[in-house]
Amino acid sequence: MDWRAQDHEPIRTYPLLGGDDLKFGIVVSEGPYTHQASDTAYNFVTAALAAGHEVPRVFFYHDGVNVGTRLSIPPQDERNIQQQWSALAAEHGTDLVICIAAAQRRGLLDQNEADRQGKDASNIAEGFRISGLGQLIEMGIETDRLMTFGD
Amino acid sequence: MEDGVKKFLYVNRKAPYGTIYALESLEVVLIGAAFDQDVSLAFLDDGVFQLVKSQDTKDIGVKNFSPTFRALGDYEVTKLFVEKESLDERGLTADDLQEIMWEDEDEDYAEKPSIRIISRTEMADVMSDQDVILSF
Amino acid sequence: MATLHTVNKSPFATQTLLSCLGHAKAGDTVLMIEDGVYGAASNTGLADAMVGMGGAVTLAVLAPDLKARGIDEGRLLSGVKTVDYAGFVELAATHDRTQNWL
Repeated sequence: MDWRAQDHEPIRTYPLLGGDDLKFGIVVSEGPYTHQASDTAYNFVTAALAAGHEVPRVFFYHDGVNVGTRLSIPPQDERNIQQQWSALAAEHGTDLVICIAAAQRRGLLDQNEADRQGKDASNIAEGFRISGLGQLIEMGIETDRLMTFGD
Repeated sequence: MEDGVKKFLYVNRKAPYGTIYALESLEVVLIGAAFDQDVSLAFLDDGVFQLVKSQDTKDIGVKNFSPTFRALGDYEVTKLFVEKESLDERGLTADDLQEIMWEDEDEDYAEKPSIRIISRTEMADVMSDQDVILSF
Repeated sequence: MATLHTVNKSPFATQTLLSCLGHAKAGDTVLMIEDGVYGAASNTGLADAMVGMGGAVTLAVLAPDLKARGIDEGRLLSGVKTVDYAGFVELAATHDRTQNWL
């Protein structure tokens, strides 16, 4: 197995912040609805942004990749977890990254990957993108605190 | 933190195969090795089961990833801390774990063991000495 | 150089909370979230262990998770602090690192 075959995006630098504001990196490692993890993560991120901190990236790993499907249809009286995250990304510019290795196992594809793999559909929601595990390590390097929400 | 190098600790507390966490943790470690950070792995609680030797997954139809631990030295991941109390509680000793070696370039490629069995107190010290802790 | 630990499992289902308390150091904070909040209740079979092991650390609980599960704050072990999500963020910011016990 060639573990290094996955491509890495170039290191992105984040704007420097003043004062006591911190950069939080967030990992979500369980899927929506089964576990509370993605809800707690969302509530934490919302509170962190409200307090003036920055959340440059959220990385979705393990079954957490399923948060990024645009095909989920929860009952109307329940929160729509995917839409909450998409709206957050639109408002705050948070980079929502779905791990490609975990996503391929679980059937999460963007259009590029669907074309490349000869699949007949893609299912990534607005504001999410698929990239390599290097984005997780880079987030750990570039942020002040790393928080994992999982099981 | 020196020269932009952070101390990363990967905490492994789950047994292999029943869930995918152990395998996907190892995938992060291998990708992370390319970033030249100061990497350590911690194995405690059921995580110690990941390192048991003679794993054979043929009959369950799942990939046996345990040999990959022996390749970690090639990725310059050479600090595998295993908690003694976790081994004791599970009726395991060092002899039940697979041998994982790395070659020390600074000492004429002398082979050294990557697994370091430490006490719970020492594990707590390792954990509190990190910049980034990733849990699986 | 203190650590914020989070635990999201009921101590009646897994040993995660006990393992966390066994590794937390003086000055650290252990925050119980999600199903972890069941560990913060008094008059349970684990209350003595919680008090004994938690001596040198600050025990805290995420109030919205407590409320969701119908646990009155009056039932908490003495000394357990309650925080909301803003308080959770504050704890993460004021500790040097976070260790999430999954």
